[in-house]
Amino acid sequence: MQVLYFAWLRERVGAGREEIASDAPTVAALVEELRAKDERYALAFEDLSAVRVAVDQEAAEFDAPLAGVRELAFFPPVTGG
Amino acid sequence: MTEPAPPTAPPTAQGPAPVVHVSVQAADFDIGAEIDRLTAGRADIGAVATFTGLVRDHAGGVPISGMELEHYPGMTEAALRAIADAARARWPLQGVTVIHRYGPLAPAARIVLVACASPHRGAAFEAAEFVMDYLKTRAPFWKKETTPEGARWVDAREADDEAAARWR
Repeated sequence: MQVLYFAWLRERVGAGREEIASDAPTVAALVEELRAKDERYALAFEDLSAVRVAVDQEAAEFDAPLAGVRELAFFPPVTGG
Repeated sequence: MTEPAPPTAPPTAQGPAPVVHVSVQAADFDIGAEIDRLTAGRADIGAVATFTGLVRDHAGGVPISGMELEHYPGMTEAALRAIADAARARWPLQGVTVIHRYGPLAPAARIVLVACASPHRGAAFEAAEFVMDYLKTRAPFWKKETTPEGARWVDAREADDEAAARWR
């Protein structure tokens, strides 16, 4: 699955996009995997109240299932306009 | 004698189908040209309300020398289209235009344009405000401001969530 990061999440992870193969059943489970894997992710996902999720380009929650998902994105609350 | 011609499609009270124009672009836009595009070829529009957002040169007393706007290609366009469609479902709109820029923007630069066309001004004004309130809380854009102390990501404002919540 393609995992995308935007704004300060992109800066903390050090990449805007990466391919991740994982058996994590949910977004939250994947976040735990990533946090344990590397300090960069631990820093990016330090405060989940400041992180929003999109699954296949639709707004989603952390308990969203990952089965069949092609694109997952993490980003801060939006600030356009 | 020839039979009378069968009736063609019944004339619609609202005229041509409503048009949604969404663009996420680096380039600047021309507000007059966008109003012309929205109203071209039709005489049933009574009101066009527009909102234009600009880059300020200060934020909370801190000078801002510019900003960088990041977005989520693909999701951004879909989100803006969904917001325009939600406005059309709520008000009798004949057209909705949403243009949002990304990339580096200098103070005074135009960031966003919303234009709503309707037979009467009330719906046009309200719809433009609704589109902006939803855009600010749902469209995946992020601003990074350049200040004398360095660049910083803009924090989302609670007031924007409250503004969007009042339309529910």
